[in-house]
Amino acid sequence: MTGDVLQVKGLQVYYGTREGQVNAVNDVSFTLEKDERLGLVGESGSGKTTLATALMRLIKAPGQIKGGEVLLDGKDLLKLSNEKMRQARSTEISMIPQGAMNSLNPVMRIRDQMIDTLRDHGVKRTKSEFRKWAAELLERVGLPKEVAGMYPHELSGGMKQRVAIATGICLNPKVIIADEPTSALDVVVQREVMTTLRLVQKELGASVIMIGHDMGLMAQFTDRIGVMYAGKLVEVASVRDIFNKPLHPYTQLLIASLPSLEAKEVFRGIPGRTPSLLNPPPGCGFHPRCPKAMEHCSRLVPALQKMATGQSVSCHLYDETTDSTDSPGTSGNGELKIAAPQH
Amino acid sequence: MNLPILIKRSAMIQKRALDGVRYLTEQRMLFIGLCVLLSLALIGPIGSLFIDVTLHRPLSGAFSAPPSSTLPLGTDTQGRNIFAVIVAGVPLTLKVAFLAGSLGLTIGAVLGFVAGYVGGVVDTVIRTASDVLITIPTILILVVVAVSIKGLMSTDAMAITIALMAWMGPARVIRAQVLTLREKAYVDVSKASGMNDFEVMWKELLPNMLPFLAASFVNAVIIAVLSAVGLQALGLGPTDAPTMGMTIHWALEHGAVLAGMWWWWMPPLTVIMILFIGLYLVATGLDEIANPRIGHSS
Amino acid sequence: MTLDYVIRRVGIFLLVIWVAASINFFIPKLAPGQDPIVGALLEATQDGGVAGDAMVEIANEYKARYGLDKPLWQQYVIYLGAMAQLDFGVSFVSFSSVNEIILTRLPWTLGLLGTSTLIGFIAGSILGAFIGWPYSPRFLQGFIVPSFLFSAVPPYLMGLILVYLLAVTFSVLPYGGGYEPGVIQGWNFEFFISVLTHAALPAMALVVTDLGVRALVMRGTILSLFGEDYIKHAENRGLKGWRIFALYGMRNALLPQLTWLALSLGFVAGGAIVVEAVFAYPGLGSALLQAIHGFDYPVVFGIVFLIILSIAVMTLILDLVYPLIDPRIKYGKKS
Repeated sequence: MTGDVLQVKGLQVYYGTREGQVNAVNDVSFTLEKDERLGLVGESGSGKTTLATALMRLIKAPGQIKGGEVLLDGKDLLKLSNEKMRQARSTEISMIPQGAMNSLNPVMRIRDQMIDTLRDHGVKRTKSEFRKWAAELLERVGLPKEVAGMYPHELSGGMKQRVAIATGICLNPKVIIADEPTSALDVVVQREVMTTLRLVQKELGASVIMIGHDMGLMAQFTDRIGVMYAGKLVEVASVRDIFNKPLHPYTQLLIASLPSLEAKEVFRGIPGRTPSLLNPPPGCGFHPRCPKAMEHCSRLVPALQKMATGQSVSCHLYDETTDSTDSPGTSGNGELKIAAPQH
Repeated sequence: MNLPILIKRSAMIQKRALDGVRYLTEQRMLFIGLCVLLSLALIGPIGSLFIDVTLHRPLSGAFSAPPSSTLPLGTDTQGRNIFAVIVAGVPLTLKVAFLAGSLGLTIGAVLGFVAGYVGGVVDTVIRTASDVLITIPTILILVVVAVSIKGLMSTDAMAITIALMAWMGPARVIRAQVLTLREKAYVDVSKASGMNDFEVMWKELLPNMLPFLAASFVNAVIIAVLSAVGLQALGLGPTDAPTMGMTIHWALEHGAVLAGMWWWWMPPLTVIMILFIGLYLVATGLDEIANPRIGHSS
Repeated sequence: MTLDYVIRRVGIFLLVIWVAASINFFIPKLAPGQDPIVGALLEATQDGGVAGDAMVEIANEYKARYGLDKPLWQQYVIYLGAMAQLDFGVSFVSFSSVNEIILTRLPWTLGLLGTSTLIGFIAGSILGAFIGWPYSPRFLQGFIVPSFLFSAVPPYLMGLILVYLLAVTFSVLPYGGGYEPGVIQGWNFEFFISVLTHAALPAMALVVTDLGVRALVMRGTILSLFGEDYIKHAENRGLKGWRIFALYGMRNALLPQLTWLALSLGFVAGGAIVVEAVFAYPGLGSALLQAIHGFDYPVVFGIVFLIILSIAVMTLILDLVYPLIDPRIKYGKKS
């Protein structure tokens, strides 16, 4: 689609361990439009952080990007040279790290670290110009300019997170990936940080992929949400749809488990454990825990199919009611073209 | 004891043994190091099968004879058979090293343990003592002792002095371990389940500290060898003992290097080098077990 | 850097000096048989002849100064006083003041030890950093084994090997002494060259072994540093490789590397002493060796005390400087 800033197609990230291959990101595809805020949720181990790292092309051995395309404005990031990719980081796509706790160099002043980002992307200024720029950038994220001369350990968690945001936007990237930006922060600070993020994104006109597991936060900030499970995207839909009519059983359980203020019931969790990515269950990855599992769920992998409502879901429950035109998983007359059985 | 049980038991033991060996071989450095040290230890016993060990004394043969078929490593200027010297001396050098190392470890482990477990003033005192002594080079103390005993230095005296200067390393490590392990929940659980302090120490803490104890032991031995050989090379060791260090000293005294008598100083030097390499391999291997890191060395 | 910290460090410094002095005092007295110093003095006073006369004078002076006939604790107090003033007495062998002997020898040792440690530290740290950095060219990994070997061998043994290779087999460099006998001392070119060539082998022995140790330690530090979040973040920001290596990697690794240096000063000094002895290099090491074999107690104790004092001073300086370079300690927690 023309409004798409980012198109991810069939991304596969595998880790080779002594015991075998781990499919951390298993054939994931999605798109991101301009100005859009996409949330990515999932349990620990679902592959969301790996996905983010892959988008930045910083997967290290024993991990490898085995296949797929990552098209940013039409350019495939996976095919760029190392140097070109380095230049693209911060200028086209940037990542705001998780919990800024240790993400800042402890022995460098804040402004020096920010200025480094500029320097290594070809920006040449005098020392005082850099200082002025740093102070302005900090003000943009709501921090006083004195912070520039300080060291990371002198700042609170929320302040450090905002510094991370500042560094992430300073070169006006088109895509910003925020990896659990508020995990280690208390609620009040969370709100401040999220407000900053929202503001900044509007100013830049950038698209944001926000990774996290706090559904409430997602609800407030994102336009669309993608749910990941065991390395696969199991559902992608607008925020409203995810909360009001989740399609995939996993998403349903997820929504159901959210504590609500009105109905004071027993906590409902999701039974079972995250599957081992080393020996994943055959067929649909969720079937061992799925309350609606059918017989063939344990044999055949469901593909991500787009529904008439605009939601995409990867589940055999919906195989009959697919919209045949633009989903990769079906053939014309509604017959299912199910993805190959898992080996 | 009937047959099926016996077979099952022996199978289990065999499996355990194989697992142990496999683990060792996976830790390549550790394994190679241990092999090296083992071969050094065997030089004494096996070598004495091939040669009369008393030939290590002076006037045992021709003077300054280069290696030949009858004299595998030749003789020195005073007629010592170098091969005999090696065979007799290696066990001596090893003995001093391990004696000093064990003593140092014991002292250090006890002090470190007490410091960490008891804490308070005792801890401060031990820690301060450790900090103070670590600044002082062992060899200087050995020198002072050697000079004061007017050359009556024995291997035991060396071992004890070295041990008194080598306990700080183990103490520091053990203390740190005790402090970390103390924090862990299972000490409280054990105490809650009724074990008294001593039992806690013995059953819970000690097994977890084994890799650290082993690493400290090896480090203490390394310090011991360094100091002992250094002292001997200066000529202050036991004068009639054919240790590696003393042999090098005699070689230097008699200008063996310049005279080209390589067979006099090369064997002891090689032995010492091999000893150090073996010790360092074991130390690095143990260190990897105790502190596993992202990347592995070699 | 808190007052507490400074007090503790200075306190340990003073303790070290006191322990060193006490060891020099008590160990001879604890030796089986007679106090060796007293013994040496007695022997000397019984000798006749020219040397004998001088010895008698010294013996009497010692009695007076150190009160050898007074009770032990009084001797101890007098002795401590003397140590505090760096008064080491007079050599039993050459009759010159110990301080004089030390002063003649000191520059040689400082020159050798100072430059060797400096070169070893710098070269070793740089090498180690490159070896440990995951993006360095592969062939650098080949340096690991040699570094290991070099660090495992004590410097005096390395010295022997070097002598054999470079002085005996291939007469590239001279062996023994500080300069060619016959060359006039002083600020002339010949002397300078002579000093350098003679110092080359002992220096090489020290540098090579030191280098191995520093490289391995630096490599370890860099390896563990590389997994840190801020390195990942630096890469995420698209910083240039060399900048990450130098300013985010090496610079941060330098701090623990310095700590390591402080801890190993004792070993370095000890190694240097024996190296000097082996090479008959005219520094404190060989002076010590001569004094030991001649049972020249004042010189022995004087040099030993001085060495320990120097190490203690250097350790104290490093301990006090370290917090100044690490901003985490310097600025403490605010906000």
